[in-house]
Amino acid sequence: MASSIPWRTGEVKEVVWETPRVKSIMLAVPGWPGHLAGQHVDLRLTAENGYQAQRSYSLATPPEQQGIALAVERLRDGEVSTFLTDELRPGDQLELRGPLGGYFTWEVKQGGPLALVSGGSGVVPFMAMIRHRAARASDVPVDLLCSWRTLEDIIFRDELARLAERTDGFRLSHAITRSASPLPPGVYGRRIDRAMLLESLPRPEAKPLVYVCGPTPMVESVANLLVSVGHPPERVKTERFGATGGAS
Amino acid sequence: MITRGFKGRGERADPSRVPPGQYVTSDFPVLSAGPTPHTPLEQWSFTIRDTDGSDLASWKWKEFVALPQTELTVDIHCVTKWSKLDTRWKGVTFDALMEQAGIEPPASYLMAFSDGGYTTNLPVDDLTDGQALVAWEYDGSALEAEHGGPARLLVPHLYFWKSAKWVRGLSFMEEDEPGFWETHGYHLRGDPWKEERYSGD
Amino acid sequence: MNLDGNAAAGVLREVFTEEMTTSECRCESCHRLSALGQLLMYGGAMGVVLRCPSCTAIVLRVTSARRGWFVEMRGVIHVTQAGPVADS
Repeated sequence: MASSIPWRTGEVKEVVWETPRVKSIMLAVPGWPGHLAGQHVDLRLTAENGYQAQRSYSLATPPEQQGIALAVERLRDGEVSTFLTDELRPGDQLELRGPLGGYFTWEVKQGGPLALVSGGSGVVPFMAMIRHRAARASDVPVDLLCSWRTLEDIIFRDELARLAERTDGFRLSHAITRSASPLPPGVYGRRIDRAMLLESLPRPEAKPLVYVCGPTPMVESVANLLVSVGHPPERVKTERFGATGGAS
Repeated sequence: MITRGFKGRGERADPSRVPPGQYVTSDFPVLSAGPTPHTPLEQWSFTIRDTDGSDLASWKWKEFVALPQTELTVDIHCVTKWSKLDTRWKGVTFDALMEQAGIEPPASYLMAFSDGGYTTNLPVDDLTDGQALVAWEYDGSALEAEHGGPARLLVPHLYFWKSAKWVRGLSFMEEDEPGFWETHGYHLRGDPWKEERYSGD
Repeated sequence: MNLDGNAAAGVLREVFTEEMTTSECRCESCHRLSALGQLLMYGGAMGVVLRCPSCTAIVLRVTSARRGWFVEMRGVIHVTQAGPVADS
């Protein structure tokens, strides 16, 4: 049914540093209509002098959870990200619009197997998908390959490790792209390439649903590699994030 | 709804210096309607066309940058509300181009056209008397591709969408016809001091 | 850095009052079929310019101006929720 999408007010319940650069923001949004894993919200910030800025952030929370959560990467020059990570506190109100996006979404009923490839905070929509899968006790096979600059940039590290230990069809791989330090066994120490995709994801013959999310250059490079490996372009969905860590 | 604690990048500045509704920034935001073109300089040319589409004058890159140069330090104002003060540019003025070509403007309006298909319309009167440059240097260095290099139009007294990036020429027109943004609701002329942002303003 | 049609979901929902990122689009220039969410997004705060990921020709433009929305669609195929009434 056609309907416009109003701007709502959410209340900040909790803010938590996940890594030195990324903060999770938990919000309660009265009247929230529910959402699908993979969707996002638009945030709108208004200064006292009338200046406005708008950014999009993916939802980290599954539809089954009460309240919504975002994960914001703090960029040194980011006017919105520095506000959200340095200034915002519990009790504050944020203007937001959503849920938005129907293309980059996944529900358990769509089945799999799933191949998910993320760069940095591009993992956020995949967290919603993986948490949704866990909430439904689904055993749809999921292979998640995340790339990060350094080990300390890994968001949701413990939760992902716990889910991977369950051996219920969820397989996790990390690729560290900028660190020279020694890495734990099983962690790739280079940028995503064909070999890594072939090792860590289902083969094209398994007909996976493939999702790629992260900064634009990473998404374009990985999407091209996936197609070159044999995944049909129509089965590869992409979502590009801007420098602010959200889709804007 | 005011967002507690949010200041943003923009500051209100002295209203005699900055047009109404603008915020001063020290960044140089990049905004493009399409992908950044990368025309090799050996293939680049700048062309002035008559109202019937015929060429009145054309310069290749090496000839173009050898034309009489002018330096300008100006404030620029984007219709998206940011203003940047004291920006330094170097290039050739519209007047010098016409003089070098040995022509008088054959019509009152023109369309600036760029690599990638971008266009913007201008009255000739807004380009004459040193009001406009085709610039290839910004802040003492070669103009970067994301900011419109190798050369962009610079018409600082109008909103910055008129300063076409990746400009390749000017095409004279008898009537004022809307360009890329002007066909989509933006003002035909775009004077920031009159806040001519949208058509009908 | 360009984004994609997913980032335009909010604006398009406002204009069309429906979720648009799953819409099918056929580029009028190269005929490639894409989901709207796959189109490359440009324009920033000036307006939404969505281009074919293959050939970068414009597929859809939306600008918010004082008089209202300006919408230009070149090659968008969208199925609305309310389709023709089926045999009952």
